[in-house]
This record gives sequence, structure tokens and C-alpha cells, in this order.
Amino acid sequence: MAMDSQMAKSATADQVSSYLKRRARWSPLEIAFWIFAFATIWLFPSKYLILKDTAILALFALSLDLILGYAGIISLGQAAFFGIAGYFSGLVAKYGFINEPVIALMASGLVAAALGFVTSFLVLRGSDLTRLMVTLGVSLMLGEVANRYSNITGGADGLQGVDIQPIFGRFRFDLYGHNGYVYCLIVLFVCFVVARRVVYSPFGLSLRAVKGNSLRSSAIGIPVKWRLVAIYTFSAGIAGIAGGLLTQTTAFCSLDVFSLDRSADLLLVLIIGGTGYLYGGLIGAVIYKFLQDWIANLTPQYWQFWIGLVLVIIVLIGRDRMQSWIATARTAIENLGSGAVARPAKLAAPDGK
Amino acid sequence: MLTILFDGVAYGMLLFVLACGLSVTLGLMNFINLAHGAFAMAGGYCTVVLVNRFGVPFALGLPLAFVVTALLGGLFERTLYVHVYARSHLDQVLFTIGLVFMSVAAVDYTMGSSQQFVQIPEALQGQINVFGIGMGKYRLLIIAICGLLTIALQLILNRTRFGSRLRAAVDDQRVARGLGINVGAVFALTFAFGSGLAGLGGALGAEILGLDPTFPLKYMIYFLIVVTVGGTSSITGPFFASILLGIGDVAGKYYVPKLGAFVIYAIMIVVLIWRPQGLFARATAR
Repeated sequence: MAMDSQMAKSATADQVSSYLKRRARWSPLEIAFWIFAFATIWLFPSKYLILKDTAILALFALSLDLILGYAGIISLGQAAFFGIAGYFSGLVAKYGFINEPVIALMASGLVAAALGFVTSFLVLRGSDLTRLMVTLGVSLMLGEVANRYSNITGGADGLQGVDIQPIFGRFRFDLYGHNGYVYCLIVLFVCFVVARRVVYSPFGLSLRAVKGNSLRSSAIGIPVKWRLVAIYTFSAGIAGIAGGLLTQTTAFCSLDVFSLDRSADLLLVLIIGGTGYLYGGLIGAVIYKFLQDWIANLTPQYWQFWIGLVLVIIVLIGRDRMQSWIATARTAIENLGSGAVARPAKLAAPDGK
Repeated sequence: MLTILFDGVAYGMLLFVLACGLSVTLGLMNFINLAHGAFAMAGGYCTVVLVNRFGVPFALGLPLAFVVTALLGGLFERTLYVHVYARSHLDQVLFTIGLVFMSVAAVDYTMGSSQQFVQIPEALQGQINVFGIGMGKYRLLIIAICGLLTIALQLILNRTRFGSRLRAAVDDQRVARGLGINVGAVFALTFAFGSGLAGLGGALGAEILGLDPTFPLKYMIYFLIVVTVGGTSSITGPFFASILLGIGDVAGKYYVPKLGAFVIYAIMIVVLIWRPQGLFARATAR
């Protein structure tokens, strides 16, 4: 409640803050989404494996959305963070440095974030193509390093003999993947809430400004460079947590965590779901995973062809057009959900006054 | 030592022929075409089919590979690519990666996933010794062909009317349009020609680079390195970049085989940090 400070503020500032609060409120549709997500634990007990993969992919896509959808950085190297955290959490578990999975997961997120912080300075320079090449180059370099030090990483055979201890010493990763899935889902939810908080904060708004026009936003006093460094680091941390989850739930980690395919698939996921709103990655992951599963059942060897076709068609139709369809559908559902409550007119665009 | 240099130059020349089309399309339309390698693969497979199955002589297979891929490139340009030029870079990346995935699966489906070899005439196999340096005959041929091509390209670009139109369009598209140059047509032609060159490079390189369905993905990085490091404003930039890359890669694989491509990626990142517009780029305000 901003009631007591109302006097001090001007009318516009008050309007803005109430608008921001309204914007950040959980809509009924979102709550329904998460209720359904947790309901899948009981609804589809036979599908834990694919559900678990979907949750990890969703988290990974969420991390890319943070930099692509909110900061406008095209990256083909998100796999670098995924991979380094994957190996990290595998190694600490294998050699028993950190036995508690949750702490190991956080640590792997931190490792990835540290890498993100260091590499963010490389990414800030140059055009889209340069960024693309640098991000890709970083992840490929890490892949080569992992291949080189095969005595530590297991090289092409992958990291084997990883023994993950039970979560909190109680919940063991069982064969059916039940606990693994619940674990992934909870981690996804926690990360999502944090990301949501970040995105709806003034910090998140300033990111949008940077994405819209970085020159103008630096003119109104936004430290463009540091905002981008911060979000890149944060996104790397989330990607790292996703990578750590994959290693922990499969007790295995191979060189393919660094591969280009992984980053490219991730872009596809995000495009299917739509960029620039946090659910894009989540919805995209669900659609992508089940599409892949379905196509792979039809043509096990050639599913890539259809995935490629989907990409081409999406681009030819135009993402903007598809996103506007989704947006209209969403507002329609939301209006239904919240009843006939008349919504106050949106705040006028800030550049007006 | 000199053999490594020689192999590196041959490799680099090959990379240049493969990638120069890409650098022109990127410079001209600011279009990121990740599917460039798919055209190279098409040329390679075209030669394999022609030479191995239909017994077409190798010397005829190469120009045919050029023609077929050029036609293919022109067709794709007119029907698909033309819709994507005005889109954002993200859309372009997605679109062309989609094409790469499709081409990989399609080739896998039609030709199988195993590696293919072109039957090279007897006369081109083996080595000859020049001043005590062992040179593969085939590599010598590659250097000769690619060297000639480079000179020809340079002449076309600098001496002909088409070349000056193309340079004008690269420098400033809007003014070129204003002067009555049909930029779309210039671009379509260049795209087709670049694809053709990629096809020729793929056909020539099948022996050295290896040819299997994952070719476009494997070498995409290399093409992009050539283009980003070399800059897109001339063809001399990509030329020197590919020679450097070729020598660096061969030497790196010879001296530090375990690190593999690490050296290359590291060099690329350093160069890009140092000069984001490319090593040999003119300081243009574009």
C-alpha cells in the first residue's frame, strides 16, 4: 500500500507506482498455470521422464528469455553456462565435495553466473553477428576444454560414476523419476518467482528501455552497460541451475551439454512460446518437448527435418503476427477469468508527458 | 613445417571459396545466412552422385556442382530468402538454422548418414616433391583452382560494371537504389553465384573436409569465423582471414592435437574483442 506516502508524491508518480503494482500482480491465469503444473505430478505418473526434461528445458529457456526477450541480446552460447554448471555439479557429487544436492545446485548456479559475469564484457561489444559468434565461441571453447581434460570430465564417454545423494538426506532420486520431477518442478517454480520479481521490478523496466533504445535510455540516466552485465550474469546463473538439474537428475553429464544444437533448440523453444514474457519459455518448452516426442515416434531418425520446417514456417508467418494472436487470446481468457471487472485504462505511454 | 604451411594454405583457400559468398551476402544485405554450408553440402553431394554413380569425369563434375548449386541458391533466394531480408537478425538466424536442420535431415534421408567420398582420378592422387617439400597433388590442384578463382573474383569486383554496382550496393544500399541500380537483382545474382562457389568448394573439399549430413553444422562456425574476422566490406579481408584460419587450424591440430579447435575459437574471440568489425575492415560508419 502506498497510501501513506501518497501525499509526498506527485499524482503521476503515484499513478506509475500503482500501475507497476497492478502489472506485477499474479493474474488468475498464472495461478491456474502453476496449479496445473504441480497437478501433473499426480496426473501423469507414467510420463515423469519427459516431464522432467520439459521442466529443465523450461528453466533453460527462461534464462535465455531474460537476455533475449528483456535485454535484446541474441545468444547462441547459452549452452556454455548450462554445460559448465552441469559438469560442476557432476564433479562435486562424484568426488563428494558437496553432498547435499540443493547446495550443490546453488553452487553450480553461482559458478555459471561467475562465468556469465566474466564473459558478459565480451558480449557487450559489437553487432548482433559479433555477439552471436562470441557467445557461440565461448561455449565451443568450453566444449574443447572439457574434451581436452578427459581425465577429469570423462571426455567423449561422458562423466560417469556420479552418485547423487538424497535431497535433504531424505528424498532419494528414484528409478521412476518421481522425486526427480518434483525436485525439478520446485526449482523451476522458485527460479521463476525470482525471475518474475526481477522482471517486474524497476530494474526490469529499465532493461526494457535499453532493449527499446539503448541510446535514449542512457540519455535518461540508465547505466546501460551495467544493466546488461547484471541481467547477463543473472541469466547465466539460471541457465547454470538448469544444467545442474540435468546432471543431478540423470547422474550423468556428457560433452553434448556444450553443443550448438542445444543452444539452437533453445532459441526454437523460445520462439515457439514467444519472447519477452516469462511464460514464453515455459509454454514453448512444453510444446517443443511433446512435439519432439511425437515426431520422434513417427520418424525416429529424421525429426530434425520437421523441427526445421516448424522454424522456417514460424519465421515466414512472422513472430509478431503469432504473438499478437497469442496476446489477444490471452487477454480474452484473462477477461473471462477475472469476470466483468472493468480494468482501469492503461497508463499513457511515458513519452507523452 | 613447410608441409603444414602448404596444407594450411590449401585448407584456407578452400575455406575462402566456401565462405566468400557468405561474406558478400552479409555485407550486402546485412543478412546472417547460417545455411550457407547447406549449399556447400549440396555441391559436394551433387559431385558424389554425378561422379560415383553416373561416371561423369571429375573435371566435369566440379563445374556441374557449381551450376547446380547456383541454380538451387537462386531458387531459394527468390522464393524464400527474399521474404526474410527485412526481418530482425533473430528471425534470420532462426530461419536459416531451420533450413540447416531440414537439409541435414533430408540428406540423411536420401543419401544415408555415412561419410561420402568422391572418386578422384588417379592422376591427382599421391604426392610430388618440390624442393624437398611433399605436396599432395590434389591439394596443389585446390590451391591452383582457388587461387585462380580469387583473382577472377577480384577482377570481376574491381573491373566490371556488375562489380562496381555490387560495390556501390554494399557501400550504401539506399544511394545505390537512388542511382537506379536494381539492388534486388544484383543481390539475387550475387547470392546465386556465392551459393555456386560454396557448392564448388564443397565438391572440391569433400576429400579434405569430409562429407556427411552434418557438414553444414560442422563448418558453419568456420565460415562465420572467416566472415566475422575478415570483415564484410571487401573480399581481400575474408581471403586473408581464411588463409590465417586454415594455417592456424592445421598447425593447431598438428602441434597441439588435444586442444583441437580451441586455438581457433580463442583467436576468433580475441580478434572480435579487439576489432569487432573484423580484422581488415575499413573504418566505415555503417
